[in-house]
Amino acid sequence: MADTIADTRRLFSKPQNLNDAYGPPSNFLEIDVSNPETVGVGRTRFTTYEIRLKTNLPIFKLKESRVRRRYSDFQWLRGELERDSKVVVPPLPGKALSRQLPFRGDDGIFDDSFIEERRAGLEQFLNKVAGHPLAQNEPPVYTRPGPAPQPKALCSANGPALLRPQTLV
Amino acid sequence: MSTHTFLSVTIHHNMSFFSFGQSAEIDVVLTDAETRKKAEHKTEDGKKDKYFLFYDGETVSGKINVTLKNPGKRLEHQGIKIEFVGQIELYYDRGNHHEFVSLVKDLARPGELTQSQTFDFEFTHVEKPYETYTGQNVKLRYFLRATVSRRLNDISKEMDIVVHTLSTYPELNSSIKMEVGIEDCLHIEFEYNKSKYHLKDVIVGKIYFLLVRIKIKHMEIDIIKRETTGTGPSVYHENDTIAKYEIMDGAPVRGESIPIRLFLAGYEMTPTMRDINKKFSVRYYLNLVLIDEEERRYFKQQEITLWRKGDVVRKSMSSQATIGAQRFEGSASSESALEKAAREDSG
Repeated sequence: MADTIADTRRLFSKPQNLNDAYGPPSNFLEIDVSNPETVGVGRTRFTTYEIRLKTNLPIFKLKESRVRRRYSDFQWLRGELERDSKVVVPPLPGKALSRQLPFRGDDGIFDDSFIEERRAGLEQFLNKVAGHPLAQNEPPVYTRPGPAPQPKALCSANGPALLRPQTLV
Repeated sequence: MSTHTFLSVTIHHNMSFFSFGQSAEIDVVLTDAETRKKAEHKTEDGKKDKYFLFYDGETVSGKINVTLKNPGKRLEHQGIKIEFVGQIELYYDRGNHHEFVSLVKDLARPGELTQSQTFDFEFTHVEKPYETYTGQNVKLRYFLRATVSRRLNDISKEMDIVVHTLSTYPELNSSIKMEVGIEDCLHIEFEYNKSKYHLKDVIVGKIYFLLVRIKIKHMEIDIIKRETTGTGPSVYHENDTIAKYEIMDGAPVRGESIPIRLFLAGYEMTPTMRDINKKFSVRYYLNLVLIDEEERRYFKQQEITLWRKGDVVRKSMSSQATIGAQRFEGSASSESALEKAAREDSG
């Protein structure tokens, strides 16, 4: 039995279509949470954040949208996701109850640095959730009146996703 | 007087216990110790040692030297024998050794040795159906054990050998090719050139991207070894990642093809072992893993069969070792190999 050298030549593959190689990627998804604005007076004050979505993923009906939402809206969204899907939803930035107590030295929940922290956390949350492939197929979650739909089915799994055999379409 | 006798009996017992001043020493020497190859094997405590290498069907022969410590003193014994044992030991059940090969040769009837003596032995064409294996929860070993039986404590010596099971190029070795993915998000087609690889083989393959709607950061291929022990409800799997090999760094797009070339010789692996003596299995899997920008992992696991290729057959090799190197994968039974060896020996 002769000792043969293994054939390590590459397997044949179809040359890539140049349109595919140099065209726009089909995974474009940009979510920004910015422009916090505190509205209202006294006890009824609350902060809203602008959510800007730009995408070319087919699952999103609108390729561009801009809405304003507040923290409790995010909490509602997260609650819906935890209930409806089987995966672990990422955490939101904190509720900061201690900041809502009276007699604080600073502005409490309307403090600039706190708002910035929260804004960053909300952006991270939405990115994790909107980018999740399994969750993207869940029915739309957000139904509150607003100019544009929120990203669909948002869930972030920390566990692995099993690739299932797909039938050729 | 009685005290004196009592004391001497106690001391003698202790001496046997701690092998302190044992009356004789046994030495096992193989006939072909000079020419036989040795193979490295990692023991339970992680140390690497070299042992004589044997194949299925080979004869195990040699001699044992029984050397008297005190040449003037006679050594009374209840018999001298040598055994060839192949056994499986499950770590959670150490007391029970499952012997699948057990041969014995009596070398001397009960009597006494007046001087150091040498005894020849030969276990002809011994069946060694499984490969020597030391794992996380189970151990399979072959050894010679020479024993001088005595009233209180036997004197024995064990010599471990290593057995390799050889196969030759399988007749059927189809490639593994599959399209997998997540609906509307990620579709890939992966291909590995073979389903059965020998231990020094190269995995040649490719990953072809049909649809990429997630943000992939990198892709790797892992080799996972799974050792399964126990049966029925008490089955236990021990997974061990033997290798992690990055094959792509960056975000691919549709139509891109990523090549795989993974040399197996660099990793410590054994041949695939399926249901050895109904006690354990050792199987290997290729795990293709894609990781996206949010550290989400997408994977596809695929079993591969590993086999051991015999070395180039040299003219100086014994006929029995030649038979060992030319065994066909899975098909030939050990009986036919033994028959062939017997015919060649007598002819």
